Amino acid sequence: MLKPSRAADFRRGVLDILPVLAAAAPIGLLWGTLAAARGFSPFEAWLTSATVFAGASQFVAIDMWRDPVPLMLVVFTTFVVNVRHLLMGASLQRHLARFSAPGKLLAMFLMTDESWAFAERKALAEPLRPAYYFAVAVSMWLVWTSASLAGAIAGHSLGDPAAYGFDFAFSAMFIAILAGFWKGRRTAAVLASSAVAAALAKLALSGAWYIVIGGLSGVVVAALLHSDEEAAA
Amino acid sequence: MSGDWLTIATIIAMAAATYLTRIGGLYLMKGITVKGRLKAALDALPPAVLMAVIAPTVLATGPAETIAAAITAGAAFLRLPMMAVVAIGVAAVIALRALL
Repeated sequence: MLKPSRAADFRRGVLDILPVLAAAAPIGLLWGTLAAARGFSPFEAWLTSATVFAGASQFVAIDMWRDPVPLMLVVFTTFVVNVRHLLMGASLQRHLARFSAPGKLLAMFLMTDESWAFAERKALAEPLRPAYYFAVAVSMWLVWTSASLAGAIAGHSLGDPAAYGFDFAFSAMFIAILAGFWKGRRTAAVLASSAVAAALAKLALSGAWYIVIGGLSGVVVAALLHSDEEAAA
Repeated sequence: MSGDWLTIATIIAMAAATYLTRIGGLYLMKGITVKGRLKAALDALPPAVLMAVIAPTVLATGPAETIAAAITAGAAFLRLPMMAVVAIGVAAVIALRALL
């Protein structure tokens, strides 16, 4: 009987997320410096990263920040940028059978693109266990909040992450995770429709609707290509 | 100072809106039996969303990003460790941005 211990699950999670942490730290630092430039105190910058904890929406919000703060506009835009979480959560909840009720609520609070992607990849191979998920998700939270706080205190950036290619690290990681979902031609059709729909939506619409549009377009193709006879065979 | 309170209120409201999107997914599928076509659709959700997240970078940023993404995909399909795949991707994008 091979049942990995909680400690082993935890170590595995920390090891998996390590390269992502290395890429997230400078981006958190950058966000902290931008927030400080918009008048955020270090505490306010930390509070944002600790409670909103969604990088893309935090960058968009800082970009929109004015004096006085357009509260409704910022909150609505934040919601739109993060609406993809609905799709991610609908998929992830299928793998939370081993989580307690409060554990599920905490798991969802800590869900980022990165921790979600690692959890889905894990669930392809074996049941998702809380020790693994929380090792990934809490590591992300600690690094993101610490980096934002440090950036806000330092107040000036180390430079543009694009100069070091850090901005591409997330895309590279998602490509690596995507490879694990490959199941042949049908996957190719799903990915092609998602990619084309998302890229066109990105060019045509402002905001982050492209993620939802691309995701739904891939899902529709998967549903259309599905045949019950094959599934039964 | 009223400005500080508005800042804190906006941060809290942003956090609430974001948590709503995160827990919403838990209840979206409640009481629905997942099988057949619906299961195929849900199984396709993770790769479809991942692809959508990176599509603008991969397809609509510039030739350096598109070529680097292709190189990264090649490394990923060779089943190299994730750390190596990410390192290859980042190195490729730095080199291509300098060259192109």
